[in-house]
Amino acid sequence: MQLESMYQEIILDHYRNPHGRGLREPFDAEVHHVNPTCGDEVTLRVRLDGGSIADVSYEGMGCSISQASVSAMHDLVVGRTVTEALATGEDFMTLMQSKGDPAVADKLEDSLEDAVAFAGVSKYPARVKCALMSWMALKDASARALSAAHPTTPTGGNDS
Amino acid sequence: MTATVSRPEGAQEALPLDVEAIRADFPILSRTVRGGKRLVYLDSGATAQKPRQVLDAERAFYEQHNAAVHRGAHQLAEEATDRYEEARRTVARFLGTDDEREVVFTRSTTEGINLVAYALSNAGTAKEAAFRRYAVGQGDEIVVTEMEHHANLVPWQQLCERTGATLRWLGLTDDGRLDLSDLGTVVNERTRLVAVTQQSNLLGTINPMGPIVARAREVGALVLVDGAQSVPHQRADVAAMGADFLVFSGHKMLGPSGIGVLWGRYEVLDALPPFLTGGSMIEVVRMEGSTFAAPPQRFEAGVPMAAQAVGLAAAVDYLERLGMREVEAHEKALTAYALERLSAVPGVAVIGPPDTVARGGAVSFTVEGIHPHDVGQVLDDLGIAVRVGHHCAWPVVRRYGVPATTRATFYVHNGYDDVDALVEGVRHAQKFFGVG
Ligand SMILES: Cc1ncc(COP(=O)(O)O)c(C=O)c1O
Repeated sequence: MQLESMYQEIILDHYRNPHGRGLREPFDAEVHHVNPTCGDEVTLRVRLDGGSIADVSYEGMGCSISQASVSAMHDLVVGRTVTEALATGEDFMTLMQSKGDPAVADKLEDSLEDAVAFAGVSKYPARVKCALMSWMALKDASARALSAAHPTTPTGGNDS
Repeated sequence: MTATVSRPEGAQEALPLDVEAIRADFPILSRTVRGGKRLVYLDSGATAQKPRQVLDAERAFYEQHNAAVHRGAHQLAEEATDRYEEARRTVARFLGTDDEREVVFTRSTTEGINLVAYALSNAGTAKEAAFRRYAVGQGDEIVVTEMEHHANLVPWQQLCERTGATLRWLGLTDDGRLDLSDLGTVVNERTRLVAVTQQSNLLGTINPMGPIVARAREVGALVLVDGAQSVPHQRADVAAMGADFLVFSGHKMLGPSGIGVLWGRYEVLDALPPFLTGGSMIEVVRMEGSTFAAPPQRFEAGVPMAAQAVGLAAAVDYLERLGMREVEAHEKALTAYALERLSAVPGVAVIGPPDTVARGGAVSFTVEGIHPHDVGQVLDDLGIAVRVGHHCAWPVVRRYGVPATTRATFYVHNGYDDVDALVEGVRHAQKFFGVG
């Protein structure tokens, strides 16, 4: 039975009791991302306080992996600087590319906390996108929020 | 044949096809998945598995006859051309026509539909008057339905954007059928073409072609039928259907990937300008300009996919040996059994017609409290291959207010045991996620 390696208890907990769910005011940027292969969607807002993420609020529909991922991400990034949050996002990306290699998960455990439980997902290429959707949305929203705060700074945000 | 494969308790009737003998023809069905589990393949609607007879035919072509079709002065070129043209005759016969010029080989359903859509916009700018007959432009209308696969929707949206024509569509009823109540107004004097699927890949609904074709004839519109999900599963008869075009893919009917068919009424094909241009489709080429070959060559630019056409012909032979009526009856029995067993599971809702009246073997469903991706993951863990998501028919899932569905589709190698595995798998998913 491989299922338990993907659906860790921590993931199912986040899925059943998501943290930080709901769209809140005020916010500095809002993005809407979809996974075109399956139709999963997330609307995500970021509120900045200086260079820090004061709040991430979201609504979405999707599978347990995409919904648990956004909840775990909320816990990881709120209160951090944008730079720290994006670095954590890079670590999560590395985990998703690890194809289930336990050494990668071990190395990232401190950085990713609960989110290291998604290691099992990296063995299923079709589900990696589900786990990454919220992180992509966060990257996009933070770039927009920053460029709204400093309009001359070019960003990598794309329309979606 | 064992009892569970052919007729478990509760199933209406013994299956018409000898499932175990058929399974022995499909090499892939003897492999295991996910740690030694029997492969329960319920995703033929996405792509069908291939029997040995098809694989052998392709291999034999490459090993014995491979050459560029319609070119070259050597023996192999002759043999390759013969086999390619023989495949065309086989497909024509399968479709109930003896005019093989009406069979255009394409890469897929998608390409066939794009071929027609581009031919209709190219008609508007063709310098030859003979090619302008079916031109689509400003003020014209194209009609589709809300049930279409993206392949039979997006090309028409794009045609309308290129030409200034307007896209209209027929809606759906709550029980998964086409709503024909406004057929008389949606299809009207401005309509140039009606594009409709014969069988929905998501709902399983089989659409009534009669009234649609009749209305289109009244107003002089062309009719294109998307047969991607019908031609593999029921007897096709282009004469009886009365449409102008029928498109389908080889890979969904036990044939190779990379080969599809556009059947068109000769008179219509002959009045259309080409889509892809280049080698093999020309009559005379000069630096100043070119003239084009007659159909079907006009629509087959470049060196064609000969081995795939030969493989498709082998798939047709295989299906005809089983008998298309038997294939249809077989899938109907499986569908009836699946609908009955699935709807008996608390929390499971079938999206689409609830019985087998005018319905094929695509069974989409939702499981309360579990997202289809998660249902699919649990089934996969048990060796059961289904499709999850919007099935390239996003407007359909939107229409029924669900983000996605889990879909099982049946074909000739499926037995009642596969349906049992599916239903038990769904129950297992409910247990795993603690719902139901
Ligand atoms: C109803 C329908 N139309 C069109 C297509 C497109 O077929 P293909 O991807 O082979 O071009 C499909 C299959 O995916 C289908 O189910």
